[in-house]
Amino acid sequence: MTLTQADIDQEIAAEHAAYEKRIADGAPVEHQPRRDYAPYRSSVLRHPKQPPVAIDVSKDPELVELVSPAFGERDITEIDNDLTRQHNGEPIGERITVSGRLLDRDGRPVRGQLVEIWQANSAGRYAHQREQHDAPLDPNFTGVGRTLTDDSGFYRFTTVQPGPYPWRQHVNAWRPAHIHFSLFGSAFTQRLVTQMYFPSDPLFPYDPIIQSVTDDAARQRLVATYDHSLSVPEFSMGYHWDIVLDGPHATWIEEGR
Amino acid sequence: MTKIDTSRPETVLPTPSHTVGPFYGHALPFPGGGDIAPLGHPDTIALQGHVYDGEGNPLPDAFLELWGADPEGNLPQVDGSMRRDSSSGGFLGRNGVEFTGWGRIQTDAGGHWSARTLRPGARGHSAPYLSVCVFARGLLVHLFTRIYLPDDEAALASDPLLTRVDPARRDTLIATRGELGTYRFDIRLQGEGETVFLEFQ
Ligand SMILES: [Fe+3]
Repeated sequence: MTLTQADIDQEIAAEHAAYEKRIADGAPVEHQPRRDYAPYRSSVLRHPKQPPVAIDVSKDPELVELVSPAFGERDITEIDNDLTRQHNGEPIGERITVSGRLLDRDGRPVRGQLVEIWQANSAGRYAHQREQHDAPLDPNFTGVGRTLTDDSGFYRFTTVQPGPYPWRQHVNAWRPAHIHFSLFGSAFTQRLVTQMYFPSDPLFPYDPIIQSVTDDAARQRLVATYDHSLSVPEFSMGYHWDIVLDGPHATWIEEGR
Repeated sequence: MTKIDTSRPETVLPTPSHTVGPFYGHALPFPGGGDIAPLGHPDTIALQGHVYDGEGNPLPDAFLELWGADPEGNLPQVDGSMRRDSSSGGFLGRNGVEFTGWGRIQTDAGGHWSARTLRPGARGHSAPYLSVCVFARGLLVHLFTRIYLPDDEAALASDPLLTRVDPARRDTLIATRGELGTYRFDIRLQGEGETVFLEFQ
């Protein structure tokens, strides 16, 4: 049987209602998606069925996971955070500036850590071999960027607005426009891979990936804010997106840094 | 609202995780990502294995990150894992001398991965292990596990995690001796022989 958007819509609504009921019954707010979110079909055979084994990090400050790998100036080049300058010509699309802070749960900046991004071009096509969407490739856009956060935890990228793209999970499945982010914190426990969205995208209700975050407030935290002060005159539109890393970390490791 | 007001701690809430998706291959992996050991280091170990889904099919679109201590049990704070060439914009690879402790390895079309790193030394109360973070299409939140090495039975017997996990599942955290002295560590995301995954609190 062909899977339709209506089928997925029903499943999304059911998952959302189940979450609302859990909250009404006193369960804690879920900041993270569940790994077994069936409306996103790829999760069905890839999520563990056993609960994870919990490790209380306060019992041993020497855990490997309480330290993060280090990255530095050798790991990036100067133009890695400008995705519009990686080829001889200019990529096609609306130029955007995306900036924000990388923070821990205590609101403290994560300094000098690696931020990696990747995205589709303005037509919604990835420069990836296995990508099947027949929108045009842009010879002047690879869609990959890297940077290190500064002393206040800020990152900044110049790129072009990515297009939405179809992804064939079900008939007429479209991903809202997004930029993928990969982040390191001050502890490996804070490792995060996520996606940033753009304000008021009409595709949000139909997309099981963003809807896998069933908590409405948590889902909003994936959406950047248009920020006129970040818009560069005669050049780009500005978006602000702060990122807060979850996961415990050993505060004593950071002192004196 | 994604401008966080750090003067109001109640608004500093975690950014949700999302899947890495299928199209990270031109962005995240880098040449020599699994060649973590410095060249010719006598404490080099080779690790390899597969990543499987709930039907036992290998994942051709997963990647692992390995993170571990040096043989003395120290965690390096050295950059240069993905050294770049400022003239071409490409990757130079590691410098072959310094040990950064961290690597990133993509599975191949058959779901296989391999890496060479230094034999980790013990830290704190734990037996020596490598921390592993698993990412893949379909995984809305990455998964943490550990690779313990099989050699020191006494250390394994007193490890705080291994003594707590279900004895029937304990072996999913311990590599086995394989061909040519390599260690084998398979990751099963779901079902029979499911790997023990970890949550840090
Ligand atoms: Fe994508």
